[in-house]
Amino acid sequence: MLRNFSRAFSRSIPKLDTLVLVEAAGGKITPASLSTVTAASQIGKPTIALVAGPDGESVVGDVATIEGISKVLVAKGSRYDHYLAEELSPLIKLILESSDQWTHFLTPGSAVGKSVLPRVGALLDTQPVSEIIKVESEDTFVRPIYAGNALATVKSNEKLKLASVRGSAFAPAKLGASAVAVEDVAEVESQNRTEFVGEELVTSERPELASASKVVSGGRGLKNKETFEALIEPLAAKLNAAVGATRAAVDSGYCDNSLQVGQTGKVVAPELYVAVGVSGAIQHLAGMKDSKTIVAINKDPEAAIFNVADIGLVADLNEAVPELTNKL
Amino acid sequence: TGFFMILVPVKRVIDAAIRPRINKALTGVETKGVKFSINPFCDIALEESLRIREANKGLVDSIHAVSIGPTKSQDVLRTALAKGADSSTLVDVGDQEVEPLNVAKLLKQVVEKQESNLVILGKQAIDDDSNQTGQMLAGLLNWPQATNASKVEIDGDTVTVTREIDGGADTLRAKLPMIITTDLRLNEPRYASLPNVMKAKKKPLEKLKAADLGIEIASRLETIQVVEPPARDAGIKVESVDELISKLKEAKAL
Repeated sequence: MLRNFSRAFSRSIPKLDTLVLVEAAGGKITPASLSTVTAASQIGKPTIALVAGPDGESVVGDVATIEGISKVLVAKGSRYDHYLAEELSPLIKLILESSDQWTHFLTPGSAVGKSVLPRVGALLDTQPVSEIIKVESEDTFVRPIYAGNALATVKSNEKLKLASVRGSAFAPAKLGASAVAVEDVAEVESQNRTEFVGEELVTSERPELASASKVVSGGRGLKNKETFEALIEPLAAKLNAAVGATRAAVDSGYCDNSLQVGQTGKVVAPELYVAVGVSGAIQHLAGMKDSKTIVAINKDPEAAIFNVADIGLVADLNEAVPELTNKL
Repeated sequence: TGFFMILVPVKRVIDAAIRPRINKALTGVETKGVKFSINPFCDIALEESLRIREANKGLVDSIHAVSIGPTKSQDVLRTALAKGADSSTLVDVGDQEVEPLNVAKLLKQVVEKQESNLVILGKQAIDDDSNQTGQMLAGLLNWPQATNASKVEIDGDTVTVTREIDGGADTLRAKLPMIITTDLRLNEPRYASLPNVMKAKKKPLEKLKAADLGIEIASRLETIQVVEPPARDAGIKVESVDELISKLKEAKAL
């Protein structure tokens, strides 16, 4: 079966270039995937999307209309539920090895992308480049290191270039182009031993943090969960912003882990980032200092957050935040 | 004796509290006279292996720490031994930077040598921020991988891991052997006591070269240059909420 698969591949797709893993969640293409397509387009060759599992199948129609996509490959089958790296890696390896026309494989810098890409790299004996923020040329990329305190320009000497893409650094590709061809790819045997037990997703009416155009973020200065909810949520609602938090706020239980912004959490670059009671530790700055406009509200005039804020207000957040919410 | 043979890779990195400075040649960051420490995520990995042993009497046969790096990486191994690792290996590569793929290949050799069946690694090193080594090692060994662990539960030879993912958490389960990478909130690492630091000096620290493991370290990526990120323009301070709102409108941020 594998041999047939390979043959079908090399015959039907003679001029392949960049393969992009397109991820879906809740029946929608993730914004990070659309940003990855943009990065792929900047490499300058045809871009082919790979979607997998029921989440992938649910968005095939949309993926086929992403601007810059020239074909969609669909891997059906329940083994691709939940995007397990153990299942996806052998599939991607086989696709990439089925033709020597492939020059690039990109994934979003999401939890899924970070889990899958290095495993694929190991199977192909290829060193990937993590979280690129700029495409200099087809083999040269810029990526942040040391929590964003340095930018490294990296040239890949690999025949096949593997990279993950930082979503906040590339505008999402638009939908609405005329639909391209969709082609099935066969399942691949994986010897997977990992069992998916379950998941617990945080539901919120607020926009998704990583892709929101506005973010209101709370830190240790909020003091407790009650204040966090009473001050941050209404301001975010008024601005139609996503809610974010510092590690200190998350560790103290003010809000869910998945809202953490920073080196070890989400990296965001919204139009407006409002930091409330945030001191501005380098690990937090790593996750938000590329925001277009940064506002800081903090009672400590020496707080490091004021070094990156475009507009700073030294004030007690318990008074300033409700006033701001009311006046917007 | 138990059947868990845990391997904990640890990396020596510039201390997390230090803001790195870029060198004059723009080839990397300044390392002279800078404080180095164990990578925080590796410290969490070590702590988790110690807790697995403490919480499951008789289950863990050995905890072996390994570091790949310059000769000075033996400092982080001594720290790991002081905290409770039984033995250690230094793969001394001098000043050469080793890419994750080569680290994973070296670790695979150590896994086989030590007969490890559970490898717990940090999810990323805070210097290169790659977040690759654990997944690559899992790929090379064809073992299950559970990345970004926030909770690890043991039942016999079955390991259940809760992971931090975009939008929440998920749970994966596998029987040994497997690979786990640690997220920040998995645990709070302990400090080594002075008596344990003294005792650690007598614990085994094996020194090897990459060639002893049959691995040739050739880089696949070339660093063209390393620069400071663009500085932000100086901001302004406002006196009131009204002024804040008017400045936001001026900046078209509302």
